[in-house]
Amino acid sequence: MSPVHYVVLSVILFVIGGTGVLVRRNAIVVFMCIELMLNACNLAFVAFARMHGNLDGQVIAFFVMVVAAAEVVVGLAILMAIFRARRSASVDDANLLKY
Amino acid sequence: MSHILAAAGHGGTNTDFIAEETIFWILAIASVGAALAMILVRRAVHCALMLAVVMLSLATMYAMQGAPFLAFVQIIVYTGAVLMLFLFVLMLIGISSADSIVETIKGQRMAAGLAAAGLFVILILGIGHASIGPAAPVSAANGAGNLSGLATLIFTTYVFPFEVTGALLITAALGAMVLAHRELTAPKLTQRDLAARRLASGQLAPDPSPGVYALHDAADRPALLPDGSTSELSVSPTLAPRDPGDEPRVVRHGERAAVTADGEERAGSPAYPAGRDAP
Repeated sequence: MSPVHYVVLSVILFVIGGTGVLVRRNAIVVFMCIELMLNACNLAFVAFARMHGNLDGQVIAFFVMVVAAAEVVVGLAILMAIFRARRSASVDDANLLKY
Repeated sequence: MSHILAAAGHGGTNTDFIAEETIFWILAIASVGAALAMILVRRAVHCALMLAVVMLSLATMYAMQGAPFLAFVQIIVYTGAVLMLFLFVLMLIGISSADSIVETIKGQRMAAGLAAAGLFVILILGIGHASIGPAAPVSAANGAGNLSGLATLIFTTYVFPFEVTGALLITAALGAMVLAHRELTAPKLTQRDLAARRLASGQLAPDPSPGVYALHDAADRPALLPDGSTSELSVSPTLAPRDPGDEPRVVRHGERAAVTADGEERAGSPAYPAGRDAP
């Protein structure tokens, strides 16, 4: 199985995740799409690690997982704070800075 | 499954190649389909389930690629912890929060689709220009074992990023605590205040239990009053708005038990039944 297959799959997943970030308006779903993009990056890292025959790519993927976990914790806490203040999880409703 | 993964892992023979290819295509189709469904379904819970499918597919692919440690971390950290955190917040915020269909910015979806197509073309062109060689055998990287190899790398070459990661995690935990902390703006009510409030409210006794004298004693069945009408005070207010697609279960005060309020009317009613103090 060539690494190209895995990299192309990761590109497809990344693009789908990016589309979700642009299209969806529920902030939790936007977060899930960001997670999807990070997972796609991890897949590419692991595929490249195998292609090169060393483990550096896997270590980077591991770090990406750690950063993603931290990001989710802070992001969901912000989301809950916003929801508590504005009673809405829609990204359209957080527009106080607009005008 | 483990046999297949092990065979694909140390592969070289033709059957191992076929096994890996078969599993790859199954997982690829499953994960792309689930990812597409994730951005197409309207309810956030279904999105989370689709995301779980994608994450488990990727975990299996990591196992096939000679990264068993990452495969297990993916399942434990992502599918186990992160996704559960998502579901937890989803339940807190409201499980019924579905996206609205209306576009707030005109032509946003079209523009997003075009941008996604452009990004896809650019990335595919980049991959086409890169020289991606054939895969090295899995045993090349995992000479001393996957775990020992990763540990050696993390604690020698990448020891500084690893320490920074620890600082990041502590900061994230502190940030979550600060953000989720609710400042007490009013003085905390004492037992005396609560008793005074109850006396002032006019209802001294607790609310009636659900299901009293009704045909069923489920928690979502309102109690029957002596005249045969139902008491909505007996049903917890969180049960009413939980499933907006369903036929409403809570019958309003004063209506006969056999008659259910129609959905239109229920949808327009406040989340808390009248006659009850909103918390």
